[in-house]
Amino acid sequence: MKAVLFGATRGIGRSLARLMAERGDALVLLGRDADALQRSAADLQARGAAQVATAPCDLAEPAGFTAALAAAATALGDFDTVVLSAAEFARPEQLTNDPAATARLVTVNFANSVAFLEAARALLLARGGGTLCVFSSVAGDRARQQTGLYGATKAALSHYAESTDLRDRPHGLRVVLVKPGFVHTGMTAGLPAPPFAGEPDAVAARVLMAIDRGWPVVHAPAIWRVIMLAVRALPRAVLRRLAF
Amino acid sequence: MTVLSGWGRVPTVEGHERLGENLAEVCRPASLSRGLGRSYGDASLPARPGAVVAGTRLGDRIVAFDRATGVLRAEAGFRLEQLEHLARPAGWVSPVSPGTRHVTLGGMIASDVHGKNHHVAGCIGAYVQALRVQLADGSELEIGPEREPALFAATLGGMGLTCHILEVELQLAAIARPWIVTEEQTWPDLPALVAALRAASRQWPYTVAWVDALTRGRHLGRGVVITGRWAEAHEAPATVPAHTRTATVPFDLPTWVLGRASVRAFDELFYRAHHWRPRRGLVHPDTFFYPLDGIRRWNRLYGAPGFVQHQCVLPVGDDDRVITSYFETLTRHGGASFLTVLKDCGAEGRGLLSFPKPGLSVALDIPMRGAATQALVDALNRHVIEAGGRIYLAKDALTRAADFAAMEPRLAAFDAVRRTWDPARRLRSALSVRLFGDAP
Repeated sequence: MKAVLFGATRGIGRSLARLMAERGDALVLLGRDADALQRSAADLQARGAAQVATAPCDLAEPAGFTAALAAAATALGDFDTVVLSAAEFARPEQLTNDPAATARLVTVNFANSVAFLEAARALLLARGGGTLCVFSSVAGDRARQQTGLYGATKAALSHYAESTDLRDRPHGLRVVLVKPGFVHTGMTAGLPAPPFAGEPDAVAARVLMAIDRGWPVVHAPAIWRVIMLAVRALPRAVLRRLAF
Repeated sequence: MTVLSGWGRVPTVEGHERLGENLAEVCRPASLSRGLGRSYGDASLPARPGAVVAGTRLGDRIVAFDRATGVLRAEAGFRLEQLEHLARPAGWVSPVSPGTRHVTLGGMIASDVHGKNHHVAGCIGAYVQALRVQLADGSELEIGPEREPALFAATLGGMGLTCHILEVELQLAAIARPWIVTEEQTWPDLPALVAALRAASRQWPYTVAWVDALTRGRHLGRGVVITGRWAEAHEAPATVPAHTRTATVPFDLPTWVLGRASVRAFDELFYRAHHWRPRRGLVHPDTFFYPLDGIRRWNRLYGAPGFVQHQCVLPVGDDDRVITSYFETLTRHGGASFLTVLKDCGAEGRGLLSFPKPGLSVALDIPMRGAATQALVDALNRHVIEAGGRIYLAKDALTRAADFAAMEPRLAAFDAVRRTWDPARRLRSALSVRLFGDAP
């Protein structure tokens, strides 16, 4: 596999990149922190990646997306898989009275994410297809008090990914929508962990299976598919009383 | 704020564990680094409630791994489990393995861990070629046996009190086959067991003894000597064995589960089972080195009150009575140790405060029962002081400062290094407040 990974210096993206490296995939890492990219590239090289290149790319700077993807194509010759796991996170109380932070969350997690995915999609379709893997969240499956605007951006992203898959799969482009449940990563550090919280390595193994098999939607850990079925079925009156 | 504790789950401190991928940035505001929290007592806990410790476990990248020379350099949060996964297929292993693979490189260095091969291999510090550290003032420094040797020696086994460890460079050990040849034999009493352990250590690189510390009288100290070595090329397949299955203890068990009666029953069964087991075999290295890792979160077996471990080294020479009376003290106080492990230690390493020295190391697991457990640990420590031994800080939760000072003539030298590199004593922990006289 020749994959472009945006957001693989951290969290589940880091674990996924390591699994790909161990089986000898060729990788290009996109990210905004040059030092973190270099350190992660060395890590993946040591773990057995066929090749690791890096290119600067910031999800807050959509003007750079085309250049970053072009650099990736140059480094790998060609690529068949693009994974977007970069995103921002904010709790509702962190956004209160902060219109700039509010706008930034919506822009980065939805508008810019879509812009990046559209650029990647065009390249993959032009070469006859491939896999586009999008990290959304179970937070987008049902509106709740705690997930707030973050959940809303993820709901929109899920909607976009599913509709793109419906449209493009006949043309060879498989869109894999990943909905992680609560996973112990740097992003969730300090948040109270619910039952069935996952570990990034195990979650990444499931995501890689979904990429290899072209599953349109994957919950990880798998139990969250059942949990979200139940949460989606909860009457709103119950949600009002549950502070979650 | 989260409730932080060590593996024994007592004591607990409410504090902030700052997590992040960029270790230098994570460590800067913190007074202590904390890996996976697998030290048993308060070594990884903040000095006071509300203080910040740096959680290093997300800083787990490999910086470089040379498959030809076996030199590995990685960030401090890199886990022994990851090391084995990476290096074993390439014919390299950690030169020293503690009792669990769920530890970080940084934690291994801070405790200067030892293993079943201490009598020939020493501590992990002997294989550290370099450390990248962050000093108390926030600046970074590369240290090693020849670069700032005093700070380096104090950092090996220094319990995180000298600096934050950011990167570790380690010389791994070469193996022919990723399998262990092992032998086990039971012995009916303590003198026989200790003699057998010493004899085994003259022939085997890995030796340890499990002891039944509850049976009184003639059979006091009966047990099993377990020995092992890496298989030779003609003895085992070259393929790396698959990961062994694990089970998880799902919740805190009631405290009677590991009470005196059940521990006695377990000891009896364990002893008899080994009586009949095949004495020689080829086993998975994880089974041999990390048998307890097969049960994830086994610390819940002790229930909500938690447990403490007392591990000491007693310079016994040829006189086993020191060990006998240590066990008698344990049973006199009604202590029941679920797992009692005996290991003969080799020479002292270069770590300024490292635990092992020539003699016998004894490790006891003791369920926490408040004041009674404190009294037991005090009594055991009186023994240690009389025998000229010392305790292992990575296991300790209850030792008193005066007792620790009586065991540790090296304390002044350690304090001198801290005065040089951290005059304000910014770096400290709950353990250093308890034992080193640091301000909370």
